[in-house]
Amino acid sequence: MTQDASATAEPPASVALKQTPLHAAHVRLGGKMVGFGGWSMPVQYASGILAEHRAVRNAVGVFDISHMGQFIVGGAGAKAWLNRVFSNNLDRIHAGQSQYGFLLNEAGGVIDDLIIYEYAPGEFLLVVNASMIEVDLAWLQGHLPAGSHLEVSDRSDRFAALAIQGPRAPEVFAAFFGPEAALPERLGVKVIERHGLRFVVARTGYTGEDGFEWFFPARAAEVVWDELLAVGAPYGLIPCGLGSRDSLRLEVCYPLNGSDLSPVRTPVAAGLGIFVDLKEKADFVGRAALLKEKENGGPAERLAAFRMTEKSPPPRSHYPVLAGSDGGAPVGETTSGGMAPSLDSAGIGLAYVPAKLAKPGETIQIDIRGRKFGAEIVKKPFYKRPDAASKPAGETP
Amino acid sequence: MNVPADLKFAPTHEWLRPSDGCVGISDHAQAELTDIVYVDLPKVGTTLAAGQTAAVVESVKAASDIYAPAGGEVVEVNEALAANPALVNTDPYGEGWLFKLKEAAGADTLMDATEYGKQIAA
Repeated sequence: MTQDASATAEPPASVALKQTPLHAAHVRLGGKMVGFGGWSMPVQYASGILAEHRAVRNAVGVFDISHMGQFIVGGAGAKAWLNRVFSNNLDRIHAGQSQYGFLLNEAGGVIDDLIIYEYAPGEFLLVVNASMIEVDLAWLQGHLPAGSHLEVSDRSDRFAALAIQGPRAPEVFAAFFGPEAALPERLGVKVIERHGLRFVVARTGYTGEDGFEWFFPARAAEVVWDELLAVGAPYGLIPCGLGSRDSLRLEVCYPLNGSDLSPVRTPVAAGLGIFVDLKEKADFVGRAALLKEKENGGPAERLAAFRMTEKSPPPRSHYPVLAGSDGGAPVGETTSGGMAPSLDSAGIGLAYVPAKLAKPGETIQIDIRGRKFGAEIVKKPFYKRPDAASKPAGETP
Repeated sequence: MNVPADLKFAPTHEWLRPSDGCVGISDHAQAELTDIVYVDLPKVGTTLAAGQTAAVVESVKAASDIYAPAGGEVVEVNEALAANPALVNTDPYGEGWLFKLKEAAGADTLMDATEYGKQIAA
């Protein structure tokens, strides 16, 4: 037996993988550690990916997201400058709110996707992907205006971060911070002191469920983790790994940078144009290229969601996509895929296909190890939580 | 970890029962693979050489090649796995078997349970 295709596993690197402040805790809990973006992270714990996925959909789960990067930018002019390097419009949020968007290159391609939190008036926390910390930092610093007093401060090593996700997350929040602690609004962010420890608590996540992301000093990581697991247990809280994080985000079509997002694809091509402000905002890096793409009739290829229409092995990334239902021409490649635990284990995935084919109802085939299996383009997302009918526009992927 | 004494093992974690040519993956292998969601089996009538890719077992996260622990003709495959691939997890030496080889050749080069037990403990 050899594992030859994994969404998260990397070949054993000669370079040591970085460890989060919770590494020892993961190993003690039976976490199966794998390489991800240069970090050693649990892909799952003893309960398994499916059980962890269901815990988040039905109750609550906690993910260590300390591998993600945190930058602080603050002071006079911070918001105006961030707006020049960010695709979305920070003038539409105020202190206590957050916004999802992109750092774009001059060609309008995605360098990284991130959330910017205005955690205090004029003070911003940027949370970026683990594998992109150095790239993003250098890029941001390279775009500071000459002679600027602004600084981009990398706090990635100083913060531990946890994502508490699932319909029972608000109960766990109340049990941990006390009944008097006010819940941040959806996409909101609050600074909460607890036993002298400062938490930045945001009502955001990567699972499609209600939930929180907590950022707090790394030295307290183990104490907070252990206490959270104990406090959360009565609500069904279990630790969850990268495996369920991936299946949960795929069901709600949240993109994974490096797979679904790339420096040669625009956010519009990825179907995430609502996180780019081409109308109200002044210039920002990538804007000219996006306007040109629009003038030329939009992207030639678009990221489409597909669902297998016959029994097949699980679709995974980098499988060829064929047009039609009978061995048509190759028209693209899958960027993500898997079995959807919330959809009766249906095979689902995302793929860039010609724009005219990227419409619900279009028939395609996925080539899996030389065998062709039928699939259909479907509307995004694959899964909506039962109470999500009144989801606000601009939901954070 | 369960390692039955009547089986022979390949270093790549497949098992062979010499008495009937039955092949599967070890308890250790299924635990490493985690939740198995799909099994691609060889066609009945295929002749396999020892070490040749014979099947693919897919977990939620990864596809893994399964190698023939010995050579021979595939005379039967476990049809129950199409509907219930998780049998490989729940009963790797029983209902989770993969396929049967006729007159398996080269089985004498495989490890016995004691040797294999040492390999997975190492």
